[in-house]
Amino acid sequence: MGINQKTGEMGIVTTKLEDLVNWSRTGSMWPMLFGLACCAIEMMGAQASNYDLSRFGMELNRASPRQSDLMIVAGRVSRKMAPVVRQLYDQMPDPKWVIAMGDCASCGGVFNNYAVVQGVDEVVPVDVYVAGCPPRPEGLIHGIITLHEKVKKEKFKDWA
Amino acid sequence: MTMNEMLQPVVQSLQERFQAQPAEFRGEVSLLIAPEFNLEAVLALRDEFQFEMLLDETAVDYWPQNEPRFHVVATLYSFTRNVVIELRFPVDGNAAELRSLVPAYPSANWKEREIWDLFGIRFGGHPDPRRIVMPYEWEGHPLRKDYPLGYEEVQFSFNADQVDRHKRYAKR
Amino acid sequence: MADYRATSIDELRHLVSDRALSGETVLLNMGPQHPSTHGVLRLLLELDGEIVVTCIPDIGFLHTGVEKNMESKGYQQAEVMTDRLDYLNPLGNNLTYCLAVEKLAELDVPPRAQALRVILAELQRISSHLLWLGTSGLDLAAMSVFLYAMRERELILDIFEMVAGQRMMTTYIRPGGVWRDVPAEFEDTVQHVLNILPRRIDEYESLLTTNPLFLERTRKIGVLNTQQCMELGLTGPVLRATGKAYDLRKARPYSGYEQYDFNIPTQQGGDVYARYLVRVAEMRESIKIVEQALQKLPSGPVRSNNRKYVPPPRSEIGVSMEALIHHFKLWTEGFAPPAGHVYAATESPRGELGVYLESDGSPKPYRVHLNTPSFANLQAMPVLTKGHFVADVVGIIGSIDIVLGDADR
Repeated sequence: MGINQKTGEMGIVTTKLEDLVNWSRTGSMWPMLFGLACCAIEMMGAQASNYDLSRFGMELNRASPRQSDLMIVAGRVSRKMAPVVRQLYDQMPDPKWVIAMGDCASCGGVFNNYAVVQGVDEVVPVDVYVAGCPPRPEGLIHGIITLHEKVKKEKFKDWA
Repeated sequence: MTMNEMLQPVVQSLQERFQAQPAEFRGEVSLLIAPEFNLEAVLALRDEFQFEMLLDETAVDYWPQNEPRFHVVATLYSFTRNVVIELRFPVDGNAAELRSLVPAYPSANWKEREIWDLFGIRFGGHPDPRRIVMPYEWEGHPLRKDYPLGYEEVQFSFNADQVDRHKRYAKR
Repeated sequence: MADYRATSIDELRHLVSDRALSGETVLLNMGPQHPSTHGVLRLLLELDGEIVVTCIPDIGFLHTGVEKNMESKGYQQAEVMTDRLDYLNPLGNNLTYCLAVEKLAELDVPPRAQALRVILAELQRISSHLLWLGTSGLDLAAMSVFLYAMRERELILDIFEMVAGQRMMTTYIRPGGVWRDVPAEFEDTVQHVLNILPRRIDEYESLLTTNPLFLERTRKIGVLNTQQCMELGLTGPVLRATGKAYDLRKARPYSGYEQYDFNIPTQQGGDVYARYLVRVAEMRESIKIVEQALQKLPSGPVRSNNRKYVPPPRSEIGVSMEALIHHFKLWTEGFAPPAGHVYAATESPRGELGVYLESDGSPKPYRVHLNTPSFANLQAMPVLTKGHFVADVVGIIGSIDIVLGDADR
């Protein structure tokens, strides 16, 4: 809202600015190293040389949440781990996105019991859900591209 | 069978000393021993019969039967003789307590912590009696038969909205 | 929402030394999210400067309640959960569970199925060791080893996909045999991969084995001797690196392993370097076993004929009434083995994986307990890390090759 007023409602400038900022955000979104269980192995396989995640600028995982934009929750979240996930999400600076990779992160998966949180969206808000147990690396890449398309549609009023 | 012949003197000795009741199923020998003798029996097996390693220590819950409610099962292995033997200690439901096997085998440390965590059986003399796999302030012992599974209703198309209303979605 | 920092110094008073209580040493939390704890492992390190005085592992961040969940499913449905325990060795977990069910139910397994089980279990061992090599190299800052190892692992995962349709969690090995017969191009593909692998393993060895930086970081670090291993209940490559040649495939063979000719590699050092050498040698031995099994692969059925446990093929259902009834019973109720308890164990890439299975005659298992190697091996952490630098702790965790899904279940 602030920038819109300052540019005197010059619509064309703000649209181009939106496109520029969104495109640059998708250019190199750094994921946080958050592999929990089996899906982490497929995530590592996606980052290796066969299915390269480096083409999205994601070849490195930042270990520190303060330096990352994207949290790929890969694997089942147990009840003991849930507050840790929330704390790490809170420590990430805006703008941040969350991909729930795999069935366990999306809805609890095979494990419908006392120990597994039934879907990580009970703990953090999720942008993209990727199904599979574990999803193929191509599936994860499809999820990342879907997230990029979602980011490209973001508007000024959401983040300014 | 050769395993039985090798275990024959072991079984006999334990029968005489601790009134063990042997049973054989699918080629495996298991001995039912009163829980008061658990540490002595295990030490006898380790020192006299060369059972050098404790493979596994776990428990089975036989609720709603209360005497005994649990069986604590210890599986021992001998490298020199290449045999496996299983000892079962029946434990009451009201005062589920045993002596810890840590003085005999240090590897029993975490296994007994897990049995305390999931079944609620106390081990006297255990150096570190804390929960291990469940969160620190969890109440209850999940693997007991009277503890519910914690099942959540699966969302199909006919009950999608109903389940959705009960789910706690997180906010930013 | 619980506060996971709830372990205060009071609860740990009996584990840390007196110097921590007076403030002389520092308690550092190497938390559940960390680049080099392989999975969600929390280590509480008591540090005197940079030297570790004690190390208290805290597990349970991946506890999935598998043992309780399996009690409410049929035997066949419960097997799906065994894949996801030690997620680097899913076929090995399936094999151990199926051995326990077959022992309990006295099911026969045809020889072709046994040979296929051996081939797939050994390929799984090679792929698990490749991932171990990649990640522990990555921990010690050898990043190219990670990329090379994952490249080879993709070849093996392609074989699993050809055979079972899934790359990792296949549930291909089922009670009575394997799920279905392998396609025609299986033998050629496996032979092709076996031809490539030895030279690639030589490539990794040339990168690491005589590398002075690697030697400096792994020699004399995390030393154990055989007596300590037996007391602490450690099995697998950690035990073999201390000099004891104990391998379940030779001591209590299963699934026809006694027909194949292979050695058990051992080393004498008992340190991180010795464990590395043992695992690389094990990869070569596994290649030998797969070659022999492939040459001797017998023909015949791939699953038992016992219709009480194994469903009949679809073609039979249309013509035979018994087949239809068996199919109906297996799909609605599941099979019910006789009452009793068994313990079956196999050699997973991490050590001895055992399944204690107790049945009460109903179609659901009464108690399944998984005696996992990572749970036992993690107990040795305080002994292994005492007196080392913090940077060595990373190398030690990599060398004992833990998988947290295995430890927490």
